[in-house]
Amino acid sequence: MSALRRIGVSLFAPVLAVVVALVISSLVMAALQVNPFAVYEVMLDFGDSPSQQVTALVVVLNRAIPLFLAGLAVAIAFRMGLFNIGVEGQYRLATIIAAAVGAAVALPGWLHILLIIVVAMSVGAIWAAIVAVLKVTRGVSEVISSIMLNFIALGLASYLLTGPFRGSEEGASIIATAEIPASGQLGGLNSIFSAIGLASPPRQLYGFLPIAIVVGVVIAVLLNRTRFGFDLKASGLSPSAATASGVDARGMVIKTMLLSGAVAGLIGLPDLLGQTHRYTTDFTAGLGFLGIAVALLGRNKPVGIAFGALLFAFLDRSLVPLQIADYPASVVTIIQGTIVLAVVVANELARRIARRSAERGGAAPAPAPVAGDGGTGPASQAAPPTTPPSGGTDQRQGAQA
Amino acid sequence: MAATAGTGASGAGSVEGAPAGTAPYAVELRGITKRFPGVVANKDIELRVRRGEVHAIVGENGAGKSTLMKTLYGMHRPDEGSILVDGREVHFKSPADAIEAGIGMVHQHFMLADNFTVLENIVLGSEPTKGGRLDRAEARRRIRDISARYALDLDPDDLVEDLGVGARQRVEIAKVLYRGATILILDEPTAVLVPHEVDELFGNLRQLTAEGLTVIFISHKLDEVRRVCDAITVIRRGTTVGEADPRTTTVRQLAEMMVGAELPSPETRTSTVRDEPVLVLEDLTVLTPEGRALVDHVALTVRAGEVVGLAGVEGNGQAELVDAIMGLRPLASGTVRLDGGVTGDGSADRGGPALEDITAWSTRARREAGLGFIPEDRHRQGMLLDAPLWENRILGHQTRPPAAKGLFIDRRAARTDTERIMREYDVRAPGPDTLAVALSGGNQQKLIVGREMSSNPRLLIAAHPTRGVDIGAQAAIWELLKDARAEGMGILLISADLDELIGLSDTLKVMLRGRLVATLDPAGVTPEELGGYMTGARTAEGAA
Repeated sequence: MSALRRIGVSLFAPVLAVVVALVISSLVMAALQVNPFAVYEVMLDFGDSPSQQVTALVVVLNRAIPLFLAGLAVAIAFRMGLFNIGVEGQYRLATIIAAAVGAAVALPGWLHILLIIVVAMSVGAIWAAIVAVLKVTRGVSEVISSIMLNFIALGLASYLLTGPFRGSEEGASIIATAEIPASGQLGGLNSIFSAIGLASPPRQLYGFLPIAIVVGVVIAVLLNRTRFGFDLKASGLSPSAATASGVDARGMVIKTMLLSGAVAGLIGLPDLLGQTHRYTTDFTAGLGFLGIAVALLGRNKPVGIAFGALLFAFLDRSLVPLQIADYPASVVTIIQGTIVLAVVVANELARRIARRSAERGGAAPAPAPVAGDGGTGPASQAAPPTTPPSGGTDQRQGAQA
Repeated sequence: MAATAGTGASGAGSVEGAPAGTAPYAVELRGITKRFPGVVANKDIELRVRRGEVHAIVGENGAGKSTLMKTLYGMHRPDEGSILVDGREVHFKSPADAIEAGIGMVHQHFMLADNFTVLENIVLGSEPTKGGRLDRAEARRRIRDISARYALDLDPDDLVEDLGVGARQRVEIAKVLYRGATILILDEPTAVLVPHEVDELFGNLRQLTAEGLTVIFISHKLDEVRRVCDAITVIRRGTTVGEADPRTTTVRQLAEMMVGAELPSPETRTSTVRDEPVLVLEDLTVLTPEGRALVDHVALTVRAGEVVGLAGVEGNGQAELVDAIMGLRPLASGTVRLDGGVTGDGSADRGGPALEDITAWSTRARREAGLGFIPEDRHRQGMLLDAPLWENRILGHQTRPPAAKGLFIDRRAARTDTERIMREYDVRAPGPDTLAVALSGGNQQKLIVGREMSSNPRLLIAAHPTRGVDIGAQAAIWELLKDARAEGMGILLISADLDELIGLSDTLKVMLRGRLVATLDPAGVTPEELGGYMTGARTAEGAA
């Protein structure tokens, strides 16, 4: 019953996964004749001077912010048993349009930034809505349509970048949108470091951090404390029970995907507003897919996702030092990959343990498994019915039970 | 893999534990005790099953029947005691060992792949191969053989999705026989069957025992147990309380052994039917996508304080009718009107127009307007098994107090109210944070009944409210329905238990092929007559 125990149970799966991933990665490295401990040492080495250390910290945090948002976007849909694989396309398209709109207007200070945020969220939401509409009207699996829409989004973004939104010189090595004016740029937070007496690093901590935290808190409250969140969770755990309880399954698919897409639209903004101020051909890619891993690692809970994002950001930071130290950078990819695999296995393991202990009458208040946490729970196999069930559904259900 | 033979197991006949001068017991359990953390699920279980008999194990839900059967089927190992099969002590490490020893289990919930044929389902997991490929001819021959020998009437090439429930169950039985089982455990086999399918099953069971197989039959339907079984072992609170002879023991005596108390009866007292209708259905029609009528022009009125019982063989449109009233299924025609007004007697002056047409309303709006729903399949429509009890308490009521405070969920009030329901409705569970999956079926059902009653609905749809529930919980649920009726709630009761229907209802309607074919007075109808109307053998002429 104690809170301590509850925390212990919910930590079990991710910690186990990370440990297993480290063991497997070490074995792989050993097989490649690379000393894993030397590699870990390089990864953990944040530099000697305080300035270097703070810089490393800023790099990790700056990377963790978009990963956190990506994890949130994926998790919102996961909680309902929806697999939004399209986060990648949603944020890329949202970022380029937001960058173009931001560069095209001049507004005073916060209003400018607010406009960029609203545009990004709207574009992400609209792109995700296509998936939702296809699902509720035509029964198209959201996995297929969101993956396909990724390609369309990336193609569309390329077209926009080289065509109407092009802001860079003809023949420039990097094609980019026009720069967002100063009023639409978000300053850094390095004053914090000076305030607490640390050396101010050369790199700016993104000003998007507080916004991301607010988004995280809002989403956490929305998912855990509101009627909407309850409907969403119920739909994820049992679509049939949720429908019978009065949840409108189609409406929930649309609302959830809109929300997921809106958060996905934010993913590119920390970089856009804090550093690049323009969308370029080499704008950070792949965050949407990493978001899936982060959401799995965080078990679809905002706090867990924050830790997952920090871990992945930490791994990401070590890419450069590893290359400098002449170690293969693919080590990081191996660790990330094995973490994802291990997390899926560990989540399922934790779910079974929780369920078994409940069934045995021990009735530990185990954390309720959340739909789509990679387990094979009842939710992950059951998509909400998109067409009214026809006769014979009852029998089918009965036989599956 | 084979079950290990214990000490003292020599040739048959001279084996320890065998009754003097006869063959050893097919199955004998001695002093089986199984503990789980914090609970003793089984204690000193004694069970003796003779070869070639149908042996029933009866007990309330949660009495420990399932634990016992899992022990016998090798799904877990007992802490104390020994298991003897044909007089030899065995130690099962897994169900594979049990199957090896000739024990087969037919689960309550079928484990069949719909899009496979009967043959494919039966051989799945132990496929006969020839040159690395599935030897269909051999499998077909063996299945035909089994089917003919035990009168299972199965065609190996039928698709399972085309089969009815009874035939699916026979596929499950064939699956077990195919693996060479001589001792069959049937877990609540009749729970999913309609009366004539039950008769067929019992015919099959007799065929099996005539061929020398042994059947262990788990049930809490006492009249069925008495009809088919040769011996009965009663379990109460985790331990065996005795054996009974079905020929000399009455249902009442058996029930008293099971619960250690008086047998409850569903009969209601005086009529509490009032004038004002709470639910009026007119010309209600539900079609399949192909245009066949599942519910065919149904008109029905439920008045305040009235229980309208809906009788019918399952699959005659009752489930679709319920879905239509709840707004879970689109209507082809017709209207649903509900009295969503205040409860109690103050409604007399409102007259007819107080009924609201809810035909176009969403399920949520209907629930908020005063429709309560006890679904027939609580796992599918009534519960979130992986969620805590308090979340199950608010399921379906998440828009209203005590579950909601504005747009937010009021967790504290929800927990407090869950505790109240657990207290008032005798839901046995450690607390509101327990996962619903941890509760026995009866306790889950009591939670659902408690939650639906708590919102004080004007009309309650109770679909099989006591299905899969033990006698103690059944009596409690009957009592709750009677009290609610007395307070003016209208109840639409759908049940396969004819005694329950006749005992609780004020009016009985019979549904056959989507139509209401007869209206009967429960005071003057016997279960046999009712059964006649349900199958269409009798018609409405002369009915009250």
